[in-house]
Amino acid sequence: MQAMVSVDHLTRKFGEFTAVDDLSFSVAPGEVIGFLGPNGAGKSTTMKMITGFLAPTAGRIEVCGADIEANPKASKQQIGYLPEGAPMYGDMTTERFLVFIAQIRGFAGAELKTRVDAAIDRIQLAEVRHQTIETLSKGFKRRVGLAQAILHNPPVLVLDEPTDGLDPNQKREVRTLISDIAHDKAIIISTHILEEVDAVCSRALIIARGRLLADGTPRELESRAEGHNVIELVVANDQSALVRQGLTALSGIARIDEAPFSADSSALRVIPNDGADLLLAVNEVIAEQGLPVQQLHQQRGRLEQLFRQLTDEAVGREKRS
Amino acid sequence: MNNLGTLFKRELASYFLTPLAYIFIVIFLFLNGIFTFYLGQFFERGQADLQPFFEFHPYLYLILIPPVAMRLWAEERKSGSIELLMTLPISLGEAVLGKFLAAWCFTAVALLGTFPVWLTVSYLGEPDHGIIAAGYLGSLLMAGAYLAIGSCMSALTKNQVVAFVLSVVVCFLFIVSGFPIVLDFFSAWAPAVIVNTVASLSFLTHFDAIVQGVIDLKDIIYFASLIGFWLFANAVLVELKKA
Repeated sequence: MQAMVSVDHLTRKFGEFTAVDDLSFSVAPGEVIGFLGPNGAGKSTTMKMITGFLAPTAGRIEVCGADIEANPKASKQQIGYLPEGAPMYGDMTTERFLVFIAQIRGFAGAELKTRVDAAIDRIQLAEVRHQTIETLSKGFKRRVGLAQAILHNPPVLVLDEPTDGLDPNQKREVRTLISDIAHDKAIIISTHILEEVDAVCSRALIIARGRLLADGTPRELESRAEGHNVIELVVANDQSALVRQGLTALSGIARIDEAPFSADSSALRVIPNDGADLLLAVNEVIAEQGLPVQQLHQQRGRLEQLFRQLTDEAVGREKRS
Repeated sequence: MNNLGTLFKRELASYFLTPLAYIFIVIFLFLNGIFTFYLGQFFERGQADLQPFFEFHPYLYLILIPPVAMRLWAEERKSGSIELLMTLPISLGEAVLGKFLAAWCFTAVALLGTFPVWLTVSYLGEPDHGIIAAGYLGSLLMAGAYLAIGSCMSALTKNQVVAFVLSVVVCFLFIVSGFPIVLDFFSAWAPAVIVNTVASLSFLTHFDAIVQGVIDLKDIIYFASLIGFWLFANAVLVELKKA
């Protein structure tokens, strides 16, 4: 499938500081990409370059096949962008503002009215239609920003922290909206809320210090996290030795940790080599040997864990060098 | 071109969304009245022309134009809306020009509000309407030059007050370069070419010529190229300061 956004060896420096460092990725239609990274990782800078606000120091960006630097107007027409913090013209009313955006986007007459009404409807802004933007709550401001971004039904959407500052209900609404419109669009969102990636993203990119550290579906990334497929067994204290003994027959176990679980039982954590799935094997051993196991569950790797692993490493490397 | 119009309308409308526009126009007209009738001794002179009216415009604009221009870019940068504006399908040139033209048009509206002065002088005597029209043209051109400087200074900073002070200073330089005291300083040691160059940089030199009713192409070109230069610098600054 033709990539709708392709970013090729993108680098951006601010003086001596390298904000984005040789970043390459592409986004296909129907994909929702989540940019993950600590503050200052280069997420916003990358988005500013994709949307044509900042010029790259090196590298190329193509949006729908057109080079953003060679053909900025055409590229910008293909993009809907919600900048970080959703800055807007506070002295305008919601409706006037959206009409202004629609005019700049080249709509006029009945079409313009339809577009503005559709956006207001879709984002549920009817109640603040005639209110000036500066008097709106944070949530409504963010939603006006979203309305502005989707107004021209662009094939590419770039949303910088679309749910920042929203309450849980509003967050869910925004996520639903993103999922609803995602099917034929390329959407890039940045966030540092990891659950959001699970909820809306089909792919996540983890970025730190301007570098791409991981790229994959949330499931794939989870499986790379430490603690993925760890099996936890709860056994009575006096029988833990027996169970450990029984499990040593299995290959593929890196080690078994033991920790108190309750007053008279302990938890054995069976840590597999390279996150391998030992659930079936462990089950068989337990059944065959009739091991007295009270509880058994397998853990999934957590995105948060991987995020910490990767970003800590990146920061650590930076400090050592 | 279409986008230029859209942006122009938005900017012009935004002046009138706050009370600032009305306050500005009232102060503008009020000060014009004071300058013309008291300081300019409009009646005492006993001449049917608007010399005393136009004579004070360079100084009036020095205080009144920078506030019109100071918000143009500083506000966009402060609120971050510049990121929104510059990622819309609109070119840098259109953005700079649209904002400038809106500010200029707003000033023209304020200037238009002084028409009772023209009516007064017509009622009292028989002025040369050609000279008065030339005066208005010169005044408008000069306002454009002030605005272009102000717009450029506004792109330099996020702080509107700083933008205001900077534009007053730069505009002031463009006025005083025509003052005898400055020119004397140069003529003491510099060759005549330099003295003439410094003098010709001044708003006063060109404005006075137009107000006398002499619309010389070189004065028009002076103001046009001044506007062009500062707007170009404005665009460069906007581009540079985005990071």
